[in-house]
Amino acid sequence: MKMRLHEVAHARAGDKGDVSMISVIAYRAEDYGPLAVALTAEVVARVFEALGLQRVERFELPALGALNFVLYGALGGGVTRSLALDAHGKTLSSSLLAFEVDWPTAKTEGA
Amino acid sequence: MRAIRIGAGAGFSGDRIEPAVELAEKGSLDYLVFECLAERTIALAQLARRQDPSAGYDTLLEARMRAVLPACRDRGVRIVSNMGAANPRAAARRVAQIARELGQQGLKVAAVTGDDVLELALAENPPLLAGTGRLCDLGTDRILSANAYLGADGVVEALANGADVVIAGRVADPALFLGPLVHEFGWARDDWAMLAAGVLVGHLLECAGQLSGGYFADPGVKPVADLARLGFPFAQVSADGSAVVGKAAGSGGRIDLRTVKEQLLYELADPSSYLTPDVTADFSAVRMEQVGPDAVALSGARGRAAPDRLKVSVGYLDGFAGEGQIAYAGAQAVERGRLALEIVEQRLALTGVAVDELRRELIGVDAILVGAPGHALSTPGEVRARIAARCATLQAAQAIGAEVEALYTNGPAGGGGVTRSASPIVAIASALLPRARIRPQVELEVA
Repeated sequence: MKMRLHEVAHARAGDKGDVSMISVIAYRAEDYGPLAVALTAEVVARVFEALGLQRVERFELPALGALNFVLYGALGGGVTRSLALDAHGKTLSSSLLAFEVDWPTAKTEGA
Repeated sequence: MRAIRIGAGAGFSGDRIEPAVELAEKGSLDYLVFECLAERTIALAQLARRQDPSAGYDTLLEARMRAVLPACRDRGVRIVSNMGAANPRAAARRVAQIARELGQQGLKVAAVTGDDVLELALAENPPLLAGTGRLCDLGTDRILSANAYLGADGVVEALANGADVVIAGRVADPALFLGPLVHEFGWARDDWAMLAAGVLVGHLLECAGQLSGGYFADPGVKPVADLARLGFPFAQVSADGSAVVGKAAGSGGRIDLRTVKEQLLYELADPSSYLTPDVTADFSAVRMEQVGPDAVALSGARGRAAPDRLKVSVGYLDGFAGEGQIAYAGAQAVERGRLALEIVEQRLALTGVAVDELRRELIGVDAILVGAPGHALSTPGEVRARIAARCATLQAAQAIGAEVEALYTNGPAGGGGVTRSASPIVAIASALLPRARIRPQVELEVA
């Protein structure tokens, strides 16, 4: 089934140079498993394809129920020289949460 | 066990001052730390210092000090800040002067310097961290500043010398908080676990309100009580490195596992390898527990040896940016906005305005995600057409906004509310320099 990320997770975006970091944190501990299945680095790379990313890295923090995404080349050359309206990429976290992902059902989750 | 309470007084140079005063008055603090230096703030401050040798520090230094010094002096709260920016000595002199005006004779103000490594950086010409090339490839005549991220040593030394106020330039943000902890608890400079615990505290507090409910609220989903009166956070840190974060009673905001998790991961790449000048910290096994209203206990930070080279931020002039915006509303707003963008770009070409890079977008449609499918949530009833370009000359940059302004009488129907700007771009590049070549210096000024 489809799940809008905003229903199950909250997120925060940060930046260092030309790199955007976006944490995605499950509200409920039991949603971390499906979230980790649904929201891969490849999915996030597709979501933000138009930014011209170099690559996306994902770090898993199961104890926090959180995924941390690192988007290289996401910020138009970096905060200090980017021509973007939102040079920091602060708005990217909520943009990500607006997306619908394929949410694993209980069955596939256990499989 | 002995504990020290450190408050966050600012999370960026333009931050609100009232919450810092509230925290100084009601937070039962031992220390109040103001983090005010973004990546390029020092480069901009260096430009100011070139115009006026007594300038180059945070423009809100005076307002902040006048606001908090009375409460801090009365309660014995010591202040640590990087508001010195490109001129910590001048900033320290100014703070001492303000203290005298407030009747605080005898207040000790320390300046921590040594972060300005421009000469060393030009001589060493290290490779740049991103992209290709070496530092001097940026153009030595365009390089404005090079500042190393110092660790906590200078702050520790200043506090050991009895400073009531410590004014530094570029110091790694968490080190501003680690300094008081090392000073108070006598943590060894290779006690990686304790240093990592201190860096965790600093990392959580360095953006001030972002820990206590700022950058968090989402109405109906993530409510924040009384956000208008958002209180800044503090940490009560014990000698074993464990900490409880909280905020002043009666202030607005929210501190719980959700706000703390968001800030724990903020601006981190690999959470198990957070490089700072003092320690390589590992936050991957941090434990947190809600121990009261707006109170979260933290433990479990781990640490490894600090890197042997320090990060250096290099500020350089990178051409000029020009921008113009104009609004359209009502039926066909998007279509008229797109037409406006097209003709501005055509007119720039027709008049021979050279641009190195150009961005055109409709705010309200595709300015954030540059046309990504799936993001057009609905058709907006109003948009702002925005065009921005990087140019080699100020004249070319000014032409961008001029063409947007000309849309009033020469563009699509119903365009209004033009704004335009043109300014030099101060960009930042990063490199590494050997730690052994960089030494903090401390000077004391007595009010």
